[in-house]
Amino acid sequence: MEASQFKSDQYVRYCPGCGDHAICMALQKAMAQVGVPTHETVVISGIGCSSRMPHYLNTYGFNTIHGRGGAIATGVKTAHPELSVWQMTGDGDCLAIGGNHFIHEIRRNVDLNICLFNNRIYGLTKGQYSPTSPKGFVSKSSPFGTVERPFIPAELVLGARGTFYARTLDVDMPTTVDCMVQAQKHKGASVIECLVNCVIFNNGTHDWITNRDSRAERTIMLKHGEKMLFGANKDKGLALDYSQGLMPRLIVVAADDQRVLVHDAKEADPTLHRMLALMGQERYLDTTHDGQGDDLPIALGVIRDVEAESYDQAVNNQIKEVQEKSKVKTFDELLQTLEHWEIN
Amino acid sequence: MNKQNVVVRFCGDSGDGMQLTGTMFSSLSAILGNEISTLPDFPAEIRAPQGTLGGVSGFQVNLGSGVFTPGDKADVIVAMNAAALKVCTLGSKFNVAGATYNTNDSMYKDNAVVIIDTDSFTKKDLEKALYQTENPFTELGIPESVQIVPVALTALTKESLKDSGLDNKSILKSRNMFALGLVCWFFNRPIDKAIHFLEGKFAKKAALIAPNVKVLTDGYNYGNNLALNIQTVTVEKSDSLTPGTYTSIAGNKATAWGLIAAAHKCGKRLFLGSYPITPATDIMHELAARKDMGVMVVQAEDEIAGVCTAIGASFAGDLAVTSTSGPGLSLKSEAVGLAVMAELPLVVIDVQRGGPSTGLPTKTEQTDLLQAIWGRNGECPAVVIAASTAANCFDYAYQACKIALENMTPVILLTDTYLANGTSLWKLPSMATLPTIQPQSVPEELKGKYNPSIRDERNVRYWAFPGMEGYEHRNIGLERDYKKGTISTNPENHENMVLTRQAKIDQIAQHIPALTVQGNIDSDTLLVGWGSTEGHLHAAANELNCALAHFNYINPLPANTQEILSQYKKIVVCELNNGQFATVLRAKIPGIELLQYNEIMGQPFAIERIVEHVKNI
Repeated sequence: MEASQFKSDQYVRYCPGCGDHAICMALQKAMAQVGVPTHETVVISGIGCSSRMPHYLNTYGFNTIHGRGGAIATGVKTAHPELSVWQMTGDGDCLAIGGNHFIHEIRRNVDLNICLFNNRIYGLTKGQYSPTSPKGFVSKSSPFGTVERPFIPAELVLGARGTFYARTLDVDMPTTVDCMVQAQKHKGASVIECLVNCVIFNNGTHDWITNRDSRAERTIMLKHGEKMLFGANKDKGLALDYSQGLMPRLIVVAADDQRVLVHDAKEADPTLHRMLALMGQERYLDTTHDGQGDDLPIALGVIRDVEAESYDQAVNNQIKEVQEKSKVKTFDELLQTLEHWEIN
Repeated sequence: MNKQNVVVRFCGDSGDGMQLTGTMFSSLSAILGNEISTLPDFPAEIRAPQGTLGGVSGFQVNLGSGVFTPGDKADVIVAMNAAALKVCTLGSKFNVAGATYNTNDSMYKDNAVVIIDTDSFTKKDLEKALYQTENPFTELGIPESVQIVPVALTALTKESLKDSGLDNKSILKSRNMFALGLVCWFFNRPIDKAIHFLEGKFAKKAALIAPNVKVLTDGYNYGNNLALNIQTVTVEKSDSLTPGTYTSIAGNKATAWGLIAAAHKCGKRLFLGSYPITPATDIMHELAARKDMGVMVVQAEDEIAGVCTAIGASFAGDLAVTSTSGPGLSLKSEAVGLAVMAELPLVVIDVQRGGPSTGLPTKTEQTDLLQAIWGRNGECPAVVIAASTAANCFDYAYQACKIALENMTPVILLTDTYLANGTSLWKLPSMATLPTIQPQSVPEELKGKYNPSIRDERNVRYWAFPGMEGYEHRNIGLERDYKKGTISTNPENHENMVLTRQAKIDQIAQHIPALTVQGNIDSDTLLVGWGSTEGHLHAAANELNCALAHFNYINPLPANTQEILSQYKKIVVCELNNGQFATVLRAKIPGIELLQYNEIMGQPFAIERIVEHVKNI
């Protein structure tokens, strides 16, 4: 299918320069590549800039209420597992007001493709700090700097026993499309954290890694089955260092070091996935970050992709099994199973 | 002695099996041709300390002919311990020091028969129940006209089951079956029917059948052989029931089955998104067990997710329902507003309980009416209907689905604790005779031209859902354009849309049954009620020889409401709240003068009190 088939007739009203434009195009490309017809594709969203997305896609779409996209998407997919269901959400919609639904859709492993647009700010309400804003972040609702400790989305996903987590940049279209396609292939709750720039209220929040000159040094593209190498010349690799007491830690080594790890997204144990996802996150926790830990690159690509039964399949299978075994097929027959008596 | 109807109350510790005993006796009576109406009355705690006043659980049944309510006061009390006797005798004053029997508070009549287990009146038992003296009967001031029947239930049960092989704990738990046997004798119930019934009840626990049958039979024979010095009672069979196949059913179960019937009738899958909450949870239990009927239940992470998963299923083309009680309805408000705005069919069941906040979770009240009608942001009309008997919860759940699917709107169905847990006789329906349901499906000619604003002459929009090729569209909680269905902030368009959504709800009044008047329609006095109070108001109207207009359809009101109300000089709106329906009627029927009778005690009405009040105004 062609990306243009997934474009709706609506004018895309994101601010010029907003990262959401790129995500929108990536979605259209990914959906075309996946090839599920438009009438079998459903895009559910809550409220926020990210949640405007359904209007720009020529599929079935539902722009619902703040924070509830996850619960509504759970209803759609559970009732109709034959549909391809996507959820569009942001760091406020998903991690603040919708936090409960987010962890439970992951825990249940509902087969949804969840695009979490993380710009670390509330954009549509014009600039308040979000659950992913670093401590000390100055915004309209935190004029003296927020005193809150932020979430790292990957930790929430893994803490909720997530089966799929990927991270991508708005400026990296091929990786974004690839993560989306892999999310669709994965049977279960797939979270794609898209790091997007809010050009109006939090411009440059991801410059550290999106900057063309330094991106190769500061990020690593993880691919299942491939060596963990990065750097403009792929001259660096990641390895585990056991020399610092009981806890192993990730370190940067030369590309030809035999300790360089091979990425295994299919490993059930999430320990290493978590370590990879946490690399370089210090700067997103606190505005006074001193640069420690910045030698480790920020991980992009599909970090975790493990198999587990999805909730929607389990629910439907159970109904099917009970129905096959049951002698009672109709409502009239069901009535006869009640204790009943004749009154003349 | 023959009686038209009698009220029996079983009460004991919450672990004494009073609900089971009461249910069995009620069903047995119904099988033998009585009408029944039951009222379980249990504490919110699962197991309060044994023998204490807070742990007393009761079950009341009214049986006979012409039964409309569980009865105000009992003719027969079975009190399994000293605490139960105190609670039954003092009613709501059970924890007032020095309180004694008085006619207003007591749960039994002053000529009642009170059967007690003498083995549960030891010094220790009396202390636990906070008696001050060693003579409970004098202390409670029980009038001499009350006939106390002392039976050593515990000792007799132990004796009966000494060779059963059951452990001591299980033997003690069987006391209720001895009591049931005794009551069966007292009401001249054939023991073989009771045994047959018991065998059915324990069909899955075969090992328990023999000991239970033995203790039940011994209880029966105890009364029979020892010829207890009381006169047995024969209750009249009902003469008003239409011939047919009957069962007895609780309101929550009837509600659940009404939903299943509606889904099967229109060929939609039934989807329930819900979260556990007293007293609504039995609806979820019932539906979760009905996978054989293809029912899908999602036990959501919270009340909001309960309604939201249902909205998702509705968006995807299913018959979607969420069930809850008052606090949950508050949490669901915003999402119900979304369903109003997105014009999706949705059934919201609110089993009302005492409020506000956590309130009285196990008690009954009609205090969510205004929340149901108006409790959402914006101009947000939804349909509100209410069931009025345990059995007709089936019919109104069915109607809720029909109205939702045919009018693309949320429908809020109000029941309450009293209906949910109480049982009444139910004449089994058949699918063939249930009204047809025609969901507002999109016509073929709109393929390729569809948008979610296109509506018919009733202002009802057409329903297209994922999977249907050529009807792809975006639905929204934002205001949408009247013609194109896309986001619109145009001022005139918004007003037009608000009025259109209102008109869609208003036209439903043309498709619901007209309001009818029961009782003496020529009287000057009209009682008005809604929902679960119908039985009490019907009986009160009979006693007062006045008329009764009882509402099941509340928003919109039946089209002839004004016409009916304008025919009466004295109108008394009776409700278990502080005047909510009276407020609605005053708002919707200008110029009308309404009197009110309100009770807000977490209990059903007492017929006596309504009659007394209406006589005096």
